[in-house]
Amino acid sequence: MKCRVCREPAVIDVPRHNANFCGPHFLDMCRKQVRKAIDDYEMLVPEDRILIAVSGGKDSLAIWDMLIDLGYQADGLYVGLGIGTYSDVSADYARAFAVERGLHLVEISLRGEYGYDVPTATRATRRVPCSACGMSKRHLFDKAAIDGNYTVLVTGHNLDDEAAVLYGNTLRWELEYLARQLPVLPARNGFPKKVKPLVRLSERETAAWCVIRGIDYLVDECPIAAGNKHLGFKDALNKIESDSPGTKTAFYLNFVEKVAPLLAGHALAPDVELHPCSRCGAPTTGEICAFCNLVEVSSRHEPVPVELITGKGARRR
Amino acid sequence: MKVLLRNPRRELDIPGPRRVHALLTDLDLNRESHLVIRNGTLVPSDEELLADDVVEIRPVISGGAL
Repeated sequence: MKCRVCREPAVIDVPRHNANFCGPHFLDMCRKQVRKAIDDYEMLVPEDRILIAVSGGKDSLAIWDMLIDLGYQADGLYVGLGIGTYSDVSADYARAFAVERGLHLVEISLRGEYGYDVPTATRATRRVPCSACGMSKRHLFDKAAIDGNYTVLVTGHNLDDEAAVLYGNTLRWELEYLARQLPVLPARNGFPKKVKPLVRLSERETAAWCVIRGIDYLVDECPIAAGNKHLGFKDALNKIESDSPGTKTAFYLNFVEKVAPLLAGHALAPDVELHPCSRCGAPTTGEICAFCNLVEVSSRHEPVPVELITGKGARRR
Repeated sequence: MKVLLRNPRRELDIPGPRRVHALLTDLDLNRESHLVIRNGTLVPSDEELLADDVVEIRPVISGGAL
């Protein structure tokens, strides 16, 4: 296989573009896709103070690297979720990336600062593990961005992430969720502006970016996420993509362009009045926000090791 | 060739030569969700892997809910 641009030997084939690339020209393709997402959806301006949610995985480290490469100034935010060795190792990757490049990484520990971790919250709330994890991260990302006076919060959601969420919401015709599944959520009512610059890159491409750029990242999957619905949707879409390259891209980008505008009036309770949580000050519809409720329930619970959530009988709570 | 797989981490001995796409097909792995790396370098799907190569097949799917 030859690179489409220079005819030198290719290192990767990208079927959705019907193209093969050498390393340098693959990186150029990735930069162009991220630049296009940033420009088309008005994600960032050069003066932005950017906070990137960093997990130590390929997507968050790739977008941090790309934004710095494109000339933006961006700090990272790592939330220690307390998922056993997995979290310990993911923190090591995030710290090493920041230190090697002289970048600033803000760290928050769920156990150290809020008295619980994800395995314990999972057991205490009797909900699926990704629920407590997602809620904790969303709250802490928002809070850190607002408290730190960042103008925009960047997450590493890629094309596969967005296509899988879209697929799940479409299967159930969840109009409220579909209406807000956009690459940019503007700042509103105490929430920061949130953007997803990787929506035009697949996760195979963000992983390849890391390999070619020599970025060490945590390859292993979250032990709690294994087998969740989101991964099942990705698997289903990848089977379709193999037979019909470009399907994921068309599914998601055409949704954003053609369907999302039609759903604008269905966004989740756009006119509900929000006021500050009486405990933490975050915007909420009740007196106490969902995160503070989670903290109250989970911090009272005896610590639960991750093995009890991932092992045999994990669903018996 | 030696082939390193993840999730769970394991190593297989597979006869070579063999092309990347054939190796993935034999292992029932989707090209969309994997990268193939030989000696730290990515290799495309038509690359021929040799009997003495050491190859990593790296999954690229990650999946928590945000």
